[in-house]
Amino acid sequence: MAAKGFWKRHENLYFAVTNKKVIFGVVVFLAIVALAIFGPLFTPYGYEEFAGPGYRPPSKEHWFGTTIMGRDVFTQVVYGLRSTLLVGFLAGTIASAVGLVVGFVSGFFSGRAPDEGLMMLTNMFMVLPSLALLIILSAYLPYRGIVTQSLIVAATAWPWTARAVRSQTLSLKSQEFVNLSRISAAPVFRIIREDIAANMFSYVFMVYILQFNGTILSSVGLEFLGLGPTRGISLGLVMQNAVNWNALHLGMWWWTIIPGLILTLLIVSLYFINTGLDEVFNPRLREL
Amino acid sequence: MAAEVILDVRDLRAYYRILKGDVKAVDGVSFQVRRGEIVGIAGESGCGKSTLAHTLMLRKPPLTHISGQALFLGRDIMAMGREEFRQLRLRKISIIPQYALDALSPTKKLGEFVADLVREHGIPADRAFWAKVEERLRFVNLDPKVLDQYPIELSGGMKQRAIMVVSTILNPELIIADEITSALDVSSQRFAASLLVQLRDEGIIGSAIFITHDLAILYQIADSLLIMYGGHIVEAGPVDTIVHEPRHPYTQALLNSLPKVGVQVKDQRLEGIKGTPPELLEIGPGCRFRERCPYRTERCEQTPVTEAITPEHTIACWHHREIGGERVG
Amino acid sequence: MAEHKKDPIMSVEQVTKIFSSGVFFRSYTTAVQDVSFKMYPGTVLSLIGESGSGKTTMGRMILKLLRPTAGKIYFHGRDIATIRGKAERCEYYRRVQGIFQDPFSSFNPLFRVDRVFDQIYDVFFPELPAAERQARTREALLKVHLHPERTLAHFPHQLSGGQLQRLLIARALLLDVEILVADELISMLDASTRMGILNLLVDICRSTGMSVLFITHDLALGYYISDYTMIMHRGRLVEQGATHEVYHNPVHPYTRMLFRSVPDIGRRWDPKERFIPEQVSREIEEFYSANRGRGLVQVSPNHAVLMSLD
Repeated sequence: MAAKGFWKRHENLYFAVTNKKVIFGVVVFLAIVALAIFGPLFTPYGYEEFAGPGYRPPSKEHWFGTTIMGRDVFTQVVYGLRSTLLVGFLAGTIASAVGLVVGFVSGFFSGRAPDEGLMMLTNMFMVLPSLALLIILSAYLPYRGIVTQSLIVAATAWPWTARAVRSQTLSLKSQEFVNLSRISAAPVFRIIREDIAANMFSYVFMVYILQFNGTILSSVGLEFLGLGPTRGISLGLVMQNAVNWNALHLGMWWWTIIPGLILTLLIVSLYFINTGLDEVFNPRLREL
Repeated sequence: MAAEVILDVRDLRAYYRILKGDVKAVDGVSFQVRRGEIVGIAGESGCGKSTLAHTLMLRKPPLTHISGQALFLGRDIMAMGREEFRQLRLRKISIIPQYALDALSPTKKLGEFVADLVREHGIPADRAFWAKVEERLRFVNLDPKVLDQYPIELSGGMKQRAIMVVSTILNPELIIADEITSALDVSSQRFAASLLVQLRDEGIIGSAIFITHDLAILYQIADSLLIMYGGHIVEAGPVDTIVHEPRHPYTQALLNSLPKVGVQVKDQRLEGIKGTPPELLEIGPGCRFRERCPYRTERCEQTPVTEAITPEHTIACWHHREIGGERVG
Repeated sequence: MAEHKKDPIMSVEQVTKIFSSGVFFRSYTTAVQDVSFKMYPGTVLSLIGESGSGKTTMGRMILKLLRPTAGKIYFHGRDIATIRGKAERCEYYRRVQGIFQDPFSSFNPLFRVDRVFDQIYDVFFPELPAAERQARTREALLKVHLHPERTLAHFPHQLSGGQLQRLLIARALLLDVEILVADELISMLDASTRMGILNLLVDICRSTGMSVLFITHDLALGYYISDYTMIMHRGRLVEQGATHEVYHNPVHPYTRMLFRSVPDIGRRWDPKERFIPEQVSREIEEFYSANRGRGLVQVSPNHAVLMSLD
């Protein structure tokens, strides 16, 4: 009985945990995260180690097969996943945070100095090509770590968030329910929490998920071009090696396809969560 | 002396087919439009008047034609295929839908909009065409330069005039105007309504069906009136008869609830109609106004048959003889 | 307006509102210019104007949602710009309430419609027990002819514009309102339902002494319900006075144009008259130059007209 009361008050949560798309996405995503966290415990090899004969398809000893040099693909994938997820998390968080603040302030003061200034900044960053920036930086930096890569990817990802958040703030400002709360003498923090933040929360949440996805894809792309971290392993690097060694042509499908499949599942699961949450947050999309 | 009938609607039924069942929005509607006539269709929201317009010209699922005919110049437009009907659209029969003002794309200049529209209907936008457009624009007191402007630069009234010009450019026999005055300022409303009359008088359009909830405007320009309620036509006839001698309880109550300049609340209290229109989802037989009608009896559980008080004045009410006419206004 | 023995509840004095936008290429829009009027208890005052007249902006300034650029608004003698702090604002909104034009955007789409009532109870009647709250809400809903079962616990998108507007009226009725700013209050309601609501408002005015600022573009409704009428055009108050005087003896060309445009059952427009809305701007200019220097003129004790801008 107490449970029913709980669900009634946290209605959105109820819809979130019963939405099929959300459940599917969360399950797959958690499975991949579990793979990244616990995977290395299941493998006796190191990711640089020459674990056995090369050119071997998936087998009992090498679940994902071996590379042309004899490194264990499974080990590379699970360690690489850690690095990729970390970049997604770091870069996604930075990009979302910066974009949110810039977008909200800009929208709030629309038409005035802060808005014009911040939008100019946003536009400048928007046209920055991340590739060119990375090439230039790599010429100067002897060492590129995960943090550096995250920062660069974030720097080119936040403008999109800023624009989206700004337009959402602008549209909220013109809604009368904010005014209605004002003439009800509602306390300011309540107005911000229930009227403004609540209507932005779903937006922000989904923006974060999209950023997470976007930054992962960007960093994988960079790695694919050989511009990834100078040390360590990541999914993109695994795939880049596979391509460099002509894996597909040589029949080593397990080297490219398996990492690629896992990456795809990761991205897709997040999109499922996103779409499912859209229904949760927007009562209009629910078929009540 | 009756002019030729150009639109003959016979027992038309169109429902919205949704998961939960049929919403009987237009349920057995019959009327005629004669050449040169301005027919007003009046009713409140949910009565089916806009649905009627869409049934004739803009049918899209879930709106489904169930039965009945609409004979336009002798041919049943309900039975026509898409291609065949497209030949008639804009040329012979045209519609200005509700919210047309909002349909103008903000990034397209007015001239582009016009060009796109006529091209879709297979009409060449040549010099003769543009000359005609300019002439018509001047007729409605618009500078032809508006073709080079974006919708945001024009006022609501100006946009509505431009749309009226475009919809009538090929001199259609019949134009259906759906709530063309509702979103406009009072001064533009008069202009738009009078424009419809002028277009008819100048022969640019043959006849018009003017759909609105505003009875006062219809009184100014319509020749005959159809009063719709809950998907049925409850009363129809010449405008003066309906307004001054209404017989249907709904019409009477509606007219009594309209404020007129000269009547203040301290002198005379107007009354509204209690209750709300019925839910049309899977609605059964019977008069749809009976829940709110002061004259209701058991007989009203059967759908009223339309009777003629005079050849032009028809009514759908079992008790109209007992009720009698009230002089209003 | 000389007839009143009572003091005005609200006094608007030479209020102007100018909006500015842009930082580098600043542009200014004057929404309201030099408007003055008074509101007395138990009266309905219509503020009539077309789009762009500034009537909505005027309403918002009275509701303290916008600050006047110049001029003052006095409520019971106190300048409302000095009302600050939670307690004072609370007192103000207990007596001054508003209903906005767009019912759909007046409700937060994430919450059920009950929230607008809860907001009022939480701030103004925090000690009221839940049962009492429900009873009062029910009573208010029935007064505006709404079924509590069919409207409460629903989301805004599940209800019609008319129902939402009536909910907003019910909300305002929960308080002891002295001034109600009603912006296009019944535009979403059908003709048959309007009268019920309007009559209700009039009854409340008579019984509690509430004053209504009825902002509308519907002249016939304005005539029916209001004691005083004000006409706004491009931010200026061009004519004001007792309703029957303004309607039967309009002086300003804009007012006269408005009355010529109103369709009335019982009187037909002259088909020979060529009516072009743009023409009125020229007529107004000629009127102002013909009456240069006269400013606001008291045509009769209860009727004032703006005859020139200087």
